[in-house]
Amino acid sequence: MSIDPLKLAGAKPKGKRPYFLDNPDVERVMAITMAVAQELAVMRERLDTVERLLESKGITQDDIENYTPPKDIAEQRGAWTQEYLARILRIYQQDIEALSKPDEQSSEEVGHELAKD
Amino acid sequence: MTQNYDGPPDYRNVGLHGMSPETTHDEKARFNFLAHLNRHLAANVLPGVRTAYETRVEPNNPKPNHRHQVRKALLKDPLFQHWSALRRGTMELRQQAGRWVTLRQAEELRDKAEEMTKDDPRLILDPTLELPNYLSKIDHHCMPGSYHDELIEGDVSGAANYDVGIFVTTGGGLGRFSDGGGHGVVKWMKENRPDFKPKRILDIGGGLGQNVVPVAQAYPDAEVICVDTGAPVLRYGLARAKSMGVENITFVQANGEDLSMYDDGSFDMIQSIMFLHETSVKAMPKIMAESHRLLAPGGIVMHVEQPQYAPEMPLYEQAIRDWDAFYNNEPFWTKMHELDLDQWMVDAGFDREHLVHGGVMAVVDATLFPEAAKDDVEDFGRKAAWHIVGGQKPVIATRQAA
Repeated sequence: MSIDPLKLAGAKPKGKRPYFLDNPDVERVMAITMAVAQELAVMRERLDTVERLLESKGITQDDIENYTPPKDIAEQRGAWTQEYLARILRIYQQDIEALSKPDEQSSEEVGHELAKD
Repeated sequence: MTQNYDGPPDYRNVGLHGMSPETTHDEKARFNFLAHLNRHLAANVLPGVRTAYETRVEPNNPKPNHRHQVRKALLKDPLFQHWSALRRGTMELRQQAGRWVTLRQAEELRDKAEEMTKDDPRLILDPTLELPNYLSKIDHHCMPGSYHDELIEGDVSGAANYDVGIFVTTGGGLGRFSDGGGHGVVKWMKENRPDFKPKRILDIGGGLGQNVVPVAQAYPDAEVICVDTGAPVLRYGLARAKSMGVENITFVQANGEDLSMYDDGSFDMIQSIMFLHETSVKAMPKIMAESHRLLAPGGIVMHVEQPQYAPEMPLYEQAIRDWDAFYNNEPFWTKMHELDLDQWMVDAGFDREHLVHGGVMAVVDATLFPEAAKDDVEDFGRKAAWHIVGGQKPVIATRQAA
Protein backbone atom coordinates (compact mmCIF):
# COMPACT_ATOMS: atom_id res chain seq x y z
CA MET A 1 0.00 0.00 0.00
CA SER A 2 1.62 3.23 -1.13
CA ILE A 3 -0.66 5.52 0.90
CA ASP A 4 -1.52 5.64 4.59
CA PRO A 5 -5.33 5.59 4.84
CA LEU A 6 -5.34 6.14 8.59
CA LYS A 7 -3.40 9.38 8.27
CA LEU A 8 -4.99 10.58 5.05
CA ALA A 9 -8.59 9.85 6.08
CA GLY A 10 -8.48 12.72 8.55
CA ALA A 11 -6.58 15.12 6.29
CA LYS A 12 -7.43 18.81 6.44
CA PRO A 13 -9.26 20.14 3.38
CA LYS A 14 -7.76 23.14 1.61
CA GLY A 15 -9.17 26.35 3.14
CA LYS A 16 -8.62 27.71 6.68
CA ARG A 17 -10.94 26.13 9.24
CA PRO A 18 -13.47 28.42 10.91
CA TYR A 19 -13.92 28.16 14.68
CA PHE A 20 -17.29 29.21 16.05
CA LEU A 21 -17.13 28.92 19.83
CA ASP A 22 -15.62 31.72 21.88
CA ASN A 23 -12.97 29.33 23.11
CA PRO A 24 -11.56 27.13 20.34
CA ASP A 25 -10.47 24.60 22.94
CA VAL A 26 -14.11 23.98 23.80
CA GLU A 27 -14.79 23.39 20.11
CA ARG A 28 -11.93 20.89 19.99
CA VAL A 29 -13.40 19.02 22.95
CA MET A 30 -16.79 19.10 21.23
CA ALA A 31 -15.27 17.60 18.07
CA ILE A 32 -13.68 14.82 20.08
CA THR A 33 -16.91 14.19 21.97
CA MET A 34 -18.93 13.91 18.77
CA ALA A 35 -16.40 11.47 17.31
CA VAL A 36 -16.72 9.38 20.45
CA ALA A 37 -20.51 9.63 20.25
CA GLN A 38 -20.23 8.35 16.68
CA GLU A 39 -18.19 5.38 17.75
CA LEU A 40 -20.68 4.60 20.53
CA ALA A 41 -23.48 4.55 17.96
CA VAL A 42 -21.37 2.26 15.78
CA MET A 43 -20.92 -0.10 18.73
CA ARG A 44 -24.61 0.06 19.62
CA GLU A 45 -25.57 -0.88 16.07
CA ARG A 46 -23.12 -3.78 16.12
CA LEU A 47 -24.52 -4.99 19.43
CA ASP A 48 -28.03 -4.72 18.04
CA THR A 49 -26.98 -6.93 15.13
CA VAL A 50 -25.62 -9.47 17.59
CA GLU A 51 -28.86 -9.42 19.58
CA ARG A 52 -31.01 -9.83 16.47
CA LEU A 53 -28.90 -12.74 15.29
CA LEU A 54 -29.14 -14.34 18.69
CA GLU A 55 -32.90 -13.91 18.52
CA SER A 56 -32.97 -15.91 15.31
CA LYS A 57 -31.11 -18.60 17.23
CA GLY A 58 -33.59 -18.69 20.06
CA ILE A 59 -32.25 -16.12 22.52
CA THR A 60 -34.90 -13.42 22.68
CA GLN A 61 -34.82 -9.71 23.55
CA ASP A 62 -36.70 -10.70 26.72
CA ASP A 63 -33.91 -13.09 27.66
CA ILE A 64 -31.48 -10.20 27.32
CA GLU A 65 -33.64 -7.68 29.19
CA ASN A 66 -34.25 -10.07 32.05
CA TYR A 67 -30.75 -11.43 32.30
CA THR A 68 -29.45 -11.22 35.86
CA PRO A 69 -25.78 -11.96 36.20
CA PRO A 70 -24.85 -14.43 38.89
CA LYS A 71 -22.72 -12.99 41.70
CA ASP A 72 -19.31 -13.78 40.24
CA ILE A 73 -20.16 -12.37 36.85
CA ALA A 74 -21.75 -9.29 38.45
CA GLU A 75 -18.49 -8.71 40.29
CA GLN A 76 -16.44 -9.12 37.12
CA ARG A 77 -18.63 -6.55 35.43
CA GLY A 78 -18.44 -4.22 38.41
CA ALA A 79 -14.66 -4.45 38.38
CA TRP A 80 -14.63 -3.65 34.68
CA THR A 81 -16.77 -0.56 35.27
CA GLN A 82 -14.48 0.57 38.11
CA GLU A 83 -11.46 0.22 35.90
CA TYR A 84 -13.24 1.99 33.05
CA LEU A 85 -14.18 4.98 35.19
CA ALA A 86 -10.71 5.14 36.69
CA ARG A 87 -9.29 5.41 33.18
CA ILE A 88 -11.75 8.05 32.01
CA LEU A 89 -11.53 10.21 35.14
CA ARG A 90 -7.79 9.83 35.67
CA ILE A 91 -7.27 13.58 35.51
CA TYR A 92 -9.34 14.16 38.66
CA GLN A 93 -7.47 11.45 40.55
CA GLN A 94 -4.21 13.18 39.72
CA ASP A 95 -5.56 16.64 40.56
CA ILE A 96 -6.69 15.33 43.94
CA GLU A 97 -3.36 13.65 44.64
CA ALA A 98 -1.68 16.94 43.82
CA LEU A 99 -3.76 18.76 46.46
CA SER A 100 -1.64 17.20 49.15
CA LYS A 101 1.57 18.37 47.48
CA PRO A 102 1.06 22.11 47.00
CA ASP A 103 4.77 22.83 46.81
CA GLU A 104 5.64 20.06 44.39
CA GLN A 105 8.24 20.99 41.81
CA SER A 106 7.67 20.55 38.10
CA SER A 107 10.09 18.64 35.93
CA GLU A 108 11.17 21.96 34.45
CA GLU A 109 12.00 23.28 37.90
CA VAL A 110 13.78 20.08 38.86
CA GLY A 111 15.63 20.26 35.58
CA HIS A 112 16.89 23.73 36.29
CA GLU A 113 18.04 22.55 39.69
CA LEU A 114 19.79 19.50 38.29
CA ALA A 115 21.52 21.59 35.66
CA LYS A 116 23.20 23.77 38.28
CA ASP A 117 26.82 23.09 39.13
CA MET B 1 -42.55 3.01 18.42
CA THR B 2 -41.42 3.36 14.84
CA GLN B 3 -44.86 3.90 13.30
CA ASN B 4 -44.18 7.53 12.48
CA TYR B 5 -40.50 7.07 11.79
CA ASP B 6 -39.25 10.01 9.76
CA GLY B 7 -35.51 9.51 10.01
CA PRO B 8 -33.02 8.53 7.33
CA PRO B 9 -33.15 5.01 5.90
CA ASP B 10 -30.42 2.52 6.77
CA TYR B 11 -27.29 2.96 4.68
CA ARG B 12 -27.67 -0.66 3.58
CA ASN B 13 -30.51 0.48 1.31
CA VAL B 14 -28.11 2.54 -0.78
CA GLY B 15 -27.89 1.09 -4.26
CA LEU B 16 -24.75 -0.82 -5.08
CA HIS B 17 -23.08 -0.65 -8.47
CA GLY B 18 -19.91 -2.07 -9.89
CA MET B 19 -17.71 0.64 -8.38
CA SER B 20 -19.27 0.74 -4.91
CA PRO B 21 -16.56 0.40 -2.28
CA GLU B 22 -16.91 -2.42 0.19
CA THR B 23 -18.04 -1.32 3.63
CA THR B 24 -17.86 -3.16 6.92
CA HIS B 25 -20.63 -3.30 9.49
CA ASP B 26 -18.98 -0.51 11.50
CA GLU B 27 -18.45 1.67 8.43
CA LYS B 28 -22.10 1.38 7.47
CA ALA B 29 -23.08 2.14 11.06
CA ARG B 30 -20.87 5.24 10.97
CA PHE B 31 -22.69 6.51 7.85
CA ASN B 32 -26.01 5.79 9.57
CA PHE B 33 -25.01 7.78 12.63
CA LEU B 34 -23.78 10.72 10.56
CA ALA B 35 -26.95 10.81 8.43
CA HIS B 36 -28.94 10.90 11.66
CA LEU B 37 -26.70 13.55 13.13
CA ASN B 38 -27.21 15.81 10.11
CA ARG B 39 -30.94 15.18 10.26
CA HIS B 40 -31.02 15.91 13.99
CA LEU B 41 -29.17 19.18 13.55
CA ALA B 42 -31.63 20.25 10.82
CA ALA B 43 -34.79 19.03 12.53
CA ASN B 44 -34.07 19.79 16.17
CA VAL B 45 -31.29 22.33 16.51
CA LEU B 46 -31.67 24.65 13.51
CA PRO B 47 -35.27 25.61 14.46
CA GLY B 48 -33.84 26.72 17.80
CA VAL B 49 -31.35 28.94 15.98
CA ARG B 50 -34.32 30.70 14.37
CA THR B 51 -35.93 31.18 17.77
CA ALA B 52 -32.65 32.51 19.17
CA TYR B 53 -32.45 34.89 16.23
CA GLU B 54 -35.98 36.15 16.72
CA THR B 55 -35.83 36.47 20.49
CA ARG B 56 -32.31 37.66 21.28
CA VAL B 57 -30.36 38.49 18.11
CA GLU B 58 -32.80 40.48 16.00
CA PRO B 59 -34.04 42.69 18.90
CA ASN B 60 -30.45 43.88 19.39
CA ASN B 61 -29.79 44.22 15.68
CA PRO B 62 -33.01 45.71 14.33
CA LYS B 63 -33.69 46.27 10.65
CA PRO B 64 -30.69 44.60 9.03
CA ASN B 65 -30.54 45.42 5.34
CA HIS B 66 -28.30 42.60 4.18
CA ARG B 67 -27.89 38.87 4.89
CA HIS B 68 -24.24 39.40 5.87
CA GLN B 69 -25.35 41.68 8.71
CA VAL B 70 -27.68 38.93 9.93
CA ARG B 71 -24.93 36.32 9.70
CA LYS B 72 -22.42 38.48 11.56
CA ALA B 73 -24.96 39.09 14.34
CA LEU B 74 -25.72 35.35 14.47
CA LEU B 75 -22.02 34.56 14.81
CA LYS B 76 -22.14 36.09 18.31
CA ASP B 77 -25.07 33.94 19.44
CA PRO B 78 -24.10 30.83 21.44
CA LEU B 79 -26.71 28.57 19.84
CA PHE B 80 -25.70 29.54 16.31
CA GLN B 81 -22.08 28.99 17.33
CA HIS B 82 -22.81 25.51 18.63
CA TRP B 83 -25.02 24.53 15.70
CA SER B 84 -22.27 25.76 13.36
CA ALA B 85 -19.51 23.95 15.22
CA LEU B 86 -21.56 20.74 15.18
CA ARG B 87 -22.47 21.11 11.49
CA ARG B 88 -18.87 21.77 10.50
CA GLY B 89 -17.64 18.94 12.71
CA THR B 90 -20.20 16.57 11.19
CA MET B 91 -18.94 17.34 7.70
CA GLU B 92 -15.39 16.65 8.85
CA LEU B 93 -16.47 13.35 10.41
CA ARG B 94 -18.27 12.46 7.18
CA GLN B 95 -15.16 13.14 5.10
CA GLN B 96 -13.00 11.12 7.46
CA ALA B 97 -15.48 8.22 7.49
CA GLY B 98 -15.77 8.16 3.69
CA ARG B 99 -12.06 8.55 3.11
CA TRP B 100 -11.29 5.75 5.52
CA VAL B 101 -13.59 3.46 3.54
CA THR B 102 -12.23 4.44 0.14
CA LEU B 103 -8.53 5.03 0.84
CA ARG B 104 -8.04 1.63 2.43
CA GLN B 105 -9.19 0.08 -0.86
CA ALA B 106 -7.88 2.80 -3.19
CA GLU B 107 -5.80 0.38 -5.22
CA GLU B 108 -8.60 -2.17 -5.62
CA LEU B 109 -11.00 0.58 -6.73
CA ARG B 110 -8.41 1.93 -9.14
CA ASP B 111 -7.82 -1.50 -10.62
CA LYS B 112 -11.55 -2.10 -10.98
CA ALA B 113 -12.08 1.23 -12.75
CA GLU B 114 -9.08 0.60 -14.97
CA GLU B 115 -10.33 -2.82 -15.96
CA MET B 116 -13.77 -1.46 -16.79
CA THR B 117 -12.59 1.56 -18.78
CA LYS B 118 -9.36 0.40 -20.40
CA ASP B 119 -9.20 1.43 -24.08
CA ASP B 120 -12.79 2.61 -23.87
CA PRO B 121 -13.28 5.55 -26.25
CA ARG B 122 -15.91 6.90 -23.88
CA LEU B 123 -13.24 8.07 -21.44
CA ILE B 124 -11.38 11.08 -22.83
CA LEU B 125 -8.82 12.52 -20.43
CA ASP B 126 -6.66 15.58 -20.95
CA PRO B 127 -3.73 15.59 -18.50
CA THR B 128 -2.69 19.03 -19.79
CA LEU B 129 -5.97 20.63 -18.68
CA GLU B 130 -5.31 23.48 -16.29
CA LEU B 131 -7.40 23.51 -13.15
CA PRO B 132 -9.46 26.73 -12.80
CA ASN B 133 -8.75 28.80 -9.69
CA TYR B 134 -12.20 28.17 -8.23
CA LEU B 135 -11.24 24.51 -7.94
CA SER B 136 -7.55 24.85 -7.07
CA LYS B 137 -7.89 27.41 -4.26
CA ILE B 138 -10.14 25.47 -1.91
CA ASP B 139 -11.49 21.96 -1.40
CA HIS B 140 -15.24 22.18 -1.94
CA HIS B 141 -17.44 20.95 0.91
CA CYS B 142 -14.33 20.16 2.98
CA MET B 143 -13.50 17.21 0.73
CA PRO B 144 -9.71 16.88 0.88
CA GLY B 145 -8.32 16.71 -2.64
CA SER B 146 -11.65 17.78 -4.13
CA TYR B 147 -12.65 16.17 -7.45
CA HIS B 148 -9.19 16.22 -8.95
CA ASP B 149 -6.32 15.21 -6.64
CA GLU B 150 -4.71 11.82 -7.30
CA LEU B 151 -3.00 10.03 -4.43
CA ILE B 152 -2.00 7.10 -6.63
CA GLU B 153 -1.79 6.81 -10.39
CA GLY B 154 -5.22 6.39 -11.89
CA ASP B 155 -6.83 7.25 -8.54
CA VAL B 156 -10.60 7.14 -8.17
CA SER B 157 -10.77 7.19 -4.37
CA GLY B 158 -11.91 10.82 -4.16
CA ALA B 159 -14.81 10.06 -6.47
CA ALA B 160 -15.74 6.98 -4.46
CA ASN B 161 -15.64 9.03 -1.26
CA TYR B 162 -17.92 11.64 -2.80
CA ASP B 163 -20.28 8.87 -3.97
CA VAL B 164 -20.58 7.06 -0.62
CA GLY B 165 -20.95 10.27 1.38
CA ILE B 166 -23.83 12.03 -0.37
CA PHE B 167 -26.17 9.78 1.61
CA VAL B 168 -24.80 11.18 4.84
CA THR B 169 -25.06 14.86 3.98
CA THR B 170 -28.61 14.63 2.62
CA GLY B 171 -29.91 11.97 5.01
CA GLY B 172 -30.75 9.78 2.04
CA GLY B 173 -32.76 12.56 0.41
CA LEU B 174 -31.17 11.97 -2.98
CA GLY B 175 -32.29 8.36 -3.22
CA ARG B 176 -30.69 4.96 -3.76
CA PHE B 177 -28.02 6.06 -6.21
CA SER B 178 -27.81 9.69 -5.03
CA ASP B 179 -29.40 10.52 -8.34
CA GLY B 180 -32.69 12.09 -7.21
CA GLY B 181 -31.69 15.36 -8.89
CA GLY B 182 -31.22 13.68 -12.26
CA HIS B 183 -34.52 11.83 -11.91
CA GLY B 184 -36.14 15.15 -10.95
CA VAL B 185 -34.88 16.72 -14.19
CA VAL B 186 -36.20 13.77 -16.19
CA LYS B 187 -39.61 14.09 -14.50
CA TRP B 188 -39.69 17.80 -15.27
CA MET B 189 -38.77 17.14 -18.91
CA LYS B 190 -41.40 14.41 -19.33
CA GLU B 191 -44.07 16.65 -17.81
CA ASN B 192 -43.10 19.85 -19.58
CA ARG B 193 -41.56 18.61 -22.82
CA PRO B 194 -43.27 15.24 -23.32
CA ASP B 195 -42.44 15.00 -27.01
CA PHE B 196 -38.84 16.17 -26.76
CA LYS B 197 -36.40 13.61 -28.11
CA PRO B 198 -32.87 14.94 -27.69
CA LYS B 199 -30.23 13.38 -29.90
CA ARG B 200 -27.25 14.79 -28.08
CA ILE B 201 -27.10 15.78 -24.40
CA LEU B 202 -24.36 17.64 -22.53
CA ASP B 203 -23.85 17.72 -18.76
CA ILE B 204 -21.42 20.45 -17.67
CA GLY B 205 -19.54 19.81 -14.43
CA GLY B 206 -21.28 16.47 -14.18
CA GLY B 207 -18.69 14.92 -11.89
CA LEU B 208 -19.12 11.19 -11.54
CA GLY B 209 -22.32 11.44 -13.54
CA GLN B 210 -24.82 10.54 -10.85
CA ASN B 211 -27.29 13.10 -12.21
CA VAL B 212 -26.72 12.40 -15.87
CA VAL B 213 -27.17 8.63 -15.67
CA PRO B 214 -30.97 8.97 -15.16
CA VAL B 215 -31.10 11.36 -18.12
CA ALA B 216 -29.13 8.92 -20.27
CA GLN B 217 -31.52 6.15 -19.20
CA ALA B 218 -34.56 8.30 -20.03
CA TYR B 219 -33.20 9.06 -23.50
CA PRO B 220 -31.44 5.81 -24.41
CA ASP B 221 -31.08 6.78 -28.07
CA ALA B 222 -29.26 10.01 -27.24
CA GLU B 223 -25.50 10.42 -27.18
CA VAL B 224 -24.63 11.89 -23.79
CA ILE B 225 -21.46 13.80 -22.95
CA CYS B 226 -20.47 14.48 -19.34
CA VAL B 227 -17.66 17.02 -18.96
CA ASP B 228 -15.72 17.73 -15.79
CA THR B 229 -12.23 18.94 -14.92
CA GLY B 230 -11.46 16.04 -12.55
CA ALA B 231 -9.96 12.86 -13.99
CA PRO B 232 -10.82 10.71 -10.92
CA VAL B 233 -14.54 11.47 -11.12
CA LEU B 234 -14.59 10.79 -14.87
CA ARG B 235 -12.83 7.41 -14.60
CA TYR B 236 -15.10 6.41 -11.77
CA GLY B 237 -18.13 7.82 -13.58
CA LEU B 238 -17.68 5.76 -16.74
CA ALA B 239 -17.03 2.57 -14.78
CA ARG B 240 -20.05 3.27 -12.55
CA ALA B 241 -22.37 4.02 -15.49
CA LYS B 242 -21.27 0.92 -17.40
CA SER B 243 -21.75 -1.27 -14.37
CA MET B 244 -25.31 0.06 -14.18
CA GLY B 245 -25.88 -0.94 -17.80
CA VAL B 246 -25.75 2.62 -19.11
CA GLU B 247 -23.68 2.67 -22.28
CA ASN B 248 -24.53 5.99 -23.94
CA ILE B 249 -22.41 8.40 -21.87
CA THR B 250 -18.93 9.65 -22.79
CA PHE B 251 -16.91 11.18 -19.94
CA VAL B 252 -14.67 14.02 -21.09
CA GLN B 253 -12.07 15.94 -19.09
CA ALA B 254 -12.67 19.57 -20.02
CA ASN B 255 -13.46 22.94 -18.55
CA GLY B 256 -17.04 24.11 -19.14
CA GLU B 257 -15.71 27.59 -19.94
CA ASP B 258 -14.12 26.31 -23.15
CA LEU B 259 -15.83 23.51 -25.01
CA SER B 260 -14.46 24.57 -28.38
CA MET B 261 -13.97 20.94 -29.39
CA TYR B 262 -17.72 20.81 -29.96
CA ASP B 263 -19.46 22.51 -32.90
CA ASP B 264 -22.03 25.28 -32.64
CA GLY B 265 -25.53 23.91 -32.20
CA SER B 266 -24.33 20.35 -31.63
CA PHE B 267 -26.40 19.59 -28.50
CA ASP B 268 -30.13 19.79 -28.07
CA MET B 269 -30.18 19.39 -24.29
CA ILE B 270 -27.58 20.93 -21.97
CA GLN B 271 -27.73 20.70 -18.20
CA SER B 272 -25.69 21.68 -15.19
CA ILE B 273 -26.87 20.35 -11.85
CA MET B 274 -25.62 21.95 -8.64
CA PHE B 275 -22.57 23.13 -10.54
CA LEU B 276 -22.64 26.89 -11.15
CA HIS B 277 -22.17 27.65 -7.44
CA GLU B 278 -18.76 25.95 -7.61
CA THR B 279 -17.47 28.33 -10.32
CA SER B 280 -16.86 32.11 -10.32
CA VAL B 281 -18.13 35.45 -11.65
CA LYS B 282 -15.46 35.30 -14.35
CA ALA B 283 -16.26 31.71 -15.35
CA MET B 284 -20.07 31.87 -15.40
CA PRO B 285 -20.51 34.12 -18.45
CA LYS B 286 -18.15 31.88 -20.40
CA ILE B 287 -20.03 28.76 -19.34
CA MET B 288 -23.36 30.36 -20.23
CA ALA B 289 -22.05 31.64 -23.54
CA GLU B 290 -20.72 28.18 -24.38
CA SER B 291 -24.04 26.59 -23.51
CA HIS B 292 -25.80 29.10 -25.79
CA ARG B 293 -23.36 28.50 -28.63
CA LEU B 294 -23.57 24.72 -28.33
CA LEU B 295 -27.35 24.61 -28.21
CA ALA B 296 -29.16 23.51 -31.34
CA PRO B 297 -32.32 25.31 -32.50
CA GLY B 298 -35.27 23.80 -30.64
CA GLY B 299 -33.01 22.76 -27.78
CA ILE B 300 -33.05 23.54 -24.08
CA VAL B 301 -30.45 24.54 -21.49
CA MET B 302 -31.14 23.91 -17.81
CA HIS B 303 -29.09 25.09 -14.85
CA VAL B 304 -30.36 23.47 -11.65
CA GLU B 305 -29.48 25.13 -8.34
CA GLN B 306 -30.83 25.92 -4.92
CA PRO B 307 -33.21 28.93 -5.08
CA GLN B 308 -31.75 32.39 -5.64
CA TYR B 309 -31.84 35.01 -2.89
CA ALA B 310 -34.87 36.86 -4.21
CA PRO B 311 -35.85 40.07 -2.36
CA GLU B 312 -38.87 38.28 -0.86
CA MET B 313 -36.65 35.64 0.78
CA PRO B 314 -36.20 36.64 4.45
CA LEU B 315 -32.68 37.80 5.31
CA TYR B 316 -32.49 35.19 8.08
CA GLU B 317 -33.10 32.41 5.55
CA GLN B 318 -30.54 33.93 3.20
CA ALA B 319 -27.99 34.07 6.01
CA ILE B 320 -28.54 30.42 6.92
CA ARG B 321 -28.42 29.38 3.27
CA ASP B 322 -25.10 31.22 3.09
CA TRP B 323 -23.64 29.01 5.81
CA ASP B 324 -22.15 26.53 3.34
CA ALA B 325 -20.43 29.38 1.50
CA PHE B 326 -18.54 30.60 4.51
CA TYR B 327 -18.17 27.51 6.65
CA ASN B 328 -18.32 24.52 4.32
CA ASN B 329 -15.90 25.66 1.62
CA GLU B 330 -18.43 26.65 -1.04
CA PRO B 331 -16.96 30.14 -1.52
CA PHE B 332 -18.91 31.21 -4.62
CA TRP B 333 -22.25 30.02 -3.24
CA THR B 334 -23.10 33.39 -1.67
CA LYS B 335 -22.36 35.55 -4.73
CA MET B 336 -23.92 33.09 -7.17
CA HIS B 337 -27.20 33.07 -5.28
CA GLU B 338 -27.62 36.84 -5.40
CA LEU B 339 -27.01 37.19 -9.13
CA ASP B 340 -29.76 37.92 -11.61
CA LEU B 341 -29.36 34.66 -13.51
CA ASP B 342 -32.04 35.63 -16.01
CA GLN B 343 -29.99 38.65 -17.01
CA TRP B 344 -26.88 36.48 -17.30
CA MET B 345 -28.76 34.11 -19.59
CA VAL B 346 -29.90 37.06 -21.72
CA ASP B 347 -26.35 38.39 -21.81
CA ALA B 348 -25.24 34.95 -22.99
CA GLY B 349 -27.54 35.29 -25.99
CA PHE B 350 -30.91 33.87 -24.93
CA ASP B 351 -34.07 35.85 -25.68
CA ARG B 352 -35.80 36.81 -22.46
CA GLU B 353 -39.09 35.39 -23.70
CA HIS B 354 -37.39 32.04 -24.23
CA LEU B 355 -36.06 31.67 -20.70
CA VAL B 356 -37.24 28.65 -18.75
CA HIS B 357 -38.07 28.47 -15.05
CA GLY B 358 -39.24 25.58 -12.96
CA GLY B 359 -38.95 23.63 -9.77
CA VAL B 360 -37.31 20.25 -9.40
CA MET B 361 -37.70 17.91 -6.45
CA ALA B 362 -35.57 14.84 -5.96
CA VAL B 363 -37.38 11.76 -7.26
CA VAL B 364 -36.58 8.80 -5.01
CA ASP B 365 -37.87 5.34 -4.20
CA ALA B 366 -40.27 6.59 -1.54
CA THR B 367 -40.78 3.16 0.01
CA LEU B 368 -37.27 3.47 1.43
CA PHE B 369 -36.04 7.02 1.01
CA PRO B 370 -37.41 10.32 2.33
CA GLU B 371 -39.26 12.47 -0.19
CA ALA B 372 -38.33 16.13 -0.22
CA ALA B 373 -41.87 17.03 -1.28
CA LYS B 374 -43.35 15.52 1.88
CA ASP B 375 -40.65 16.61 4.31
CA ASP B 376 -41.22 19.71 6.40
CA VAL B 377 -37.69 19.69 7.81
CA GLU B 378 -35.76 22.42 6.01
CA ASP B 379 -31.99 22.02 6.04
CA PHE B 380 -31.50 25.30 4.22
CA GLY B 381 -29.29 24.94 1.20
CA ARG B 382 -29.23 21.15 1.35
CA LYS B 383 -32.84 20.12 0.85
CA ALA B 384 -33.36 18.04 -2.27
CA ALA B 385 -35.48 20.72 -3.93
CA TRP B 386 -34.06 23.02 -6.58
CA HIS B 387 -34.89 25.68 -9.15
CA ILE B 388 -34.28 25.55 -12.86
CA VAL B 389 -32.99 28.61 -14.65
CA GLY B 390 -32.80 27.76 -18.31
CA GLY B 391 -33.31 28.86 -21.84
CA GLN B 392 -34.48 27.63 -25.20
CA LYS B 393 -33.45 28.37 -28.72
CA PRO B 394 -36.41 28.71 -31.04
CA VAL B 395 -36.51 26.41 -34.03
CA ILE B 396 -36.58 29.39 -36.36
CA ALA B 397 -33.95 31.89 -35.34
CA THR B 398 -35.30 35.22 -34.13
CA ARG B 399 -34.71 38.21 -36.32
CA GLN B 400 -31.17 39.45 -36.05
CA ALA B 401 -30.53 43.08 -35.18
CA ALA B 402 -29.79 45.09 -38.27
